[in-house]
Amino acid sequence: MKVEQISIFIENKSGRLAEVSGVLGDAGVNIRALSLADTSDFGILRLIVNDTDKAFKVLREQNFTVNKTEVIGVEVPDSPGGLSSILQILDKNDVNVEYMYAFVERSGDNAVIIFRFDNIDEAITVLMNNGIKIIEGSKLTSI
Amino acid sequence: MIWNDEFETLPREAIESLQLKRLQQTVERVYATVPFYKESFEKANLVPADIKSLKDLRRLPFTLKQDMRDSYPYGLFTVPLEQIVRIHASSGTTGKPTVVGYTRRDIDTWTELMARSFVAAGAHKGDVIHNAYGYGLFTGGLGAHYGAERVGASVIPMSGGNTKKQLMIMQDFGSTVLTCTPSYSLFLAEVAAEEGIDIRGLKLKVGILGAEPWSEKMRQEIEEKLNIKAIDIYGLSEILGPGVGIECIEAQNGLHIWEDHFIPEIIDPDSGEVLPDGEKGELVITTITKEGIPLIRYRTRDITRLLKEPCICGRTHARIERLSGRSDDMLIIRGVNVFPSQIESVLFNIEGVEPHYQLIVERDGNLDTLEVQVEVNEQTFSDEIKELQGLTNKIRKDIKDLLGVTCKVRLVEPKTITRSEGKAQRVIDNRPKAS
Repeated sequence: MKVEQISIFIENKSGRLAEVSGVLGDAGVNIRALSLADTSDFGILRLIVNDTDKAFKVLREQNFTVNKTEVIGVEVPDSPGGLSSILQILDKNDVNVEYMYAFVERSGDNAVIIFRFDNIDEAITVLMNNGIKIIEGSKLTSI
Repeated sequence: MIWNDEFETLPREAIESLQLKRLQQTVERVYATVPFYKESFEKANLVPADIKSLKDLRRLPFTLKQDMRDSYPYGLFTVPLEQIVRIHASSGTTGKPTVVGYTRRDIDTWTELMARSFVAAGAHKGDVIHNAYGYGLFTGGLGAHYGAERVGASVIPMSGGNTKKQLMIMQDFGSTVLTCTPSYSLFLAEVAAEEGIDIRGLKLKVGILGAEPWSEKMRQEIEEKLNIKAIDIYGLSEILGPGVGIECIEAQNGLHIWEDHFIPEIIDPDSGEVLPDGEKGELVITTITKEGIPLIRYRTRDITRLLKEPCICGRTHARIERLSGRSDDMLIIRGVNVFPSQIESVLFNIEGVEPHYQLIVERDGNLDTLEVQVEVNEQTFSDEIKELQGLTNKIRKDIKDLLGVTCKVRLVEPKTITRSEGKAQRVIDNRPKAS
């Protein structure tokens, strides 16, 4: 159900993103989805990759600060109001979204959105009770 | 254990009468042989015979680092060069270095005081002393080396740098005592962790650490990371080198100054007035046995207080509190005095924050700005911006609460703050120099 996301601390300096992607590319790690949150001084790059352990290891070896967090991938109808319906369900059930970003690939006809929740288990229960499809972690990293 | 029972436990009256006798001899000698002192005594309307009691010491003029620079290289020596067997010099980051010369007896005194210091710190015959102070013009390496040999320990003359090799030697040679700067001891621990070496499991038991100011929190960190007792040692090349003062392992509370060789005073750095015992101010030292280059009332720029209460270790020599900074290192940020060590103590009090930091001072228009750079690590990093901003806000608030200075806190990537193999450079001051 859950999928591991890798986060990397990046100072706001030119070339840092290129270095991260270079390290992953050299190790043969494929990036499945990413989002970059930034402030004036630093950014946090979040990635879903095809080999989380390897990505974690090679980035660490290159002195990047990395950590792993559990997130989930949710299928969202690729039509107007598709995302809104899911967010309304979460809101009604008091489930707080920390952040979210879109997956590059589709799952069948549906879009895929990655969600980070404060309380992931509670979120999963709410989504499942409302018939929302959560994509298996292993399927997500190999789409 | 005490190295020199007779002198280290002298009753206070005996210390003081010995100090007076030696002070009078020193004053007579410098007056007779060094033009600088003759002139400065004359300016103060003093002759050596005016020094009748220890109280008269405060009538003598100070000697400043600048006076040593002005007399570069040998102007303050009291003996002809042929009697000097060793020359050392300070790093001289600003202008010419300050030069000191030792007679054979000075080397012997230094060796004795370092031997006392090693034993006070818990190092004895049978120990393997891993000396990572730099050998060369810097006094640290050779000073510690001679003292360690006098004690009868086995000395490894490592000098600084080449950290991986240091760790290999430490493991293979069974080093039990480490001598280096406090920041380098943490760097050793960091590299050991990277190399998969369990530094806590080595035979090291004591670190004798000095040559830069460090906080009590940093001591705890070193003791935890290296699984050793971390002992503070004090010295400066102008006065002798390492071994002017040392913490005893019994109390780890203040550094004993060897008062049969030095007279410490605490003054108000602005007015120059001597402060009562126990008050905080600048440490001033007069050497009373040195032959090569005796110094009268040398202003060390180190900020501390003098403690004369008896110590549980049995030594009778006065202690100085661990240094809270150098008046040279003191930054004045928008009119507020800031010591890097105060910022360090704030950082150490925040769970998970690394001891690697740097202070960047700039001038923006007429306003000073202070940026505190702190390395992020896996413990403090989070995938959420709000967590990291919470951390920077906490550091900023704690600094504001303690020092009353508003600063900008900037999180930087690990290992981007330069690691020092000697003295850590904590401050980069980019403000234009006052003309």
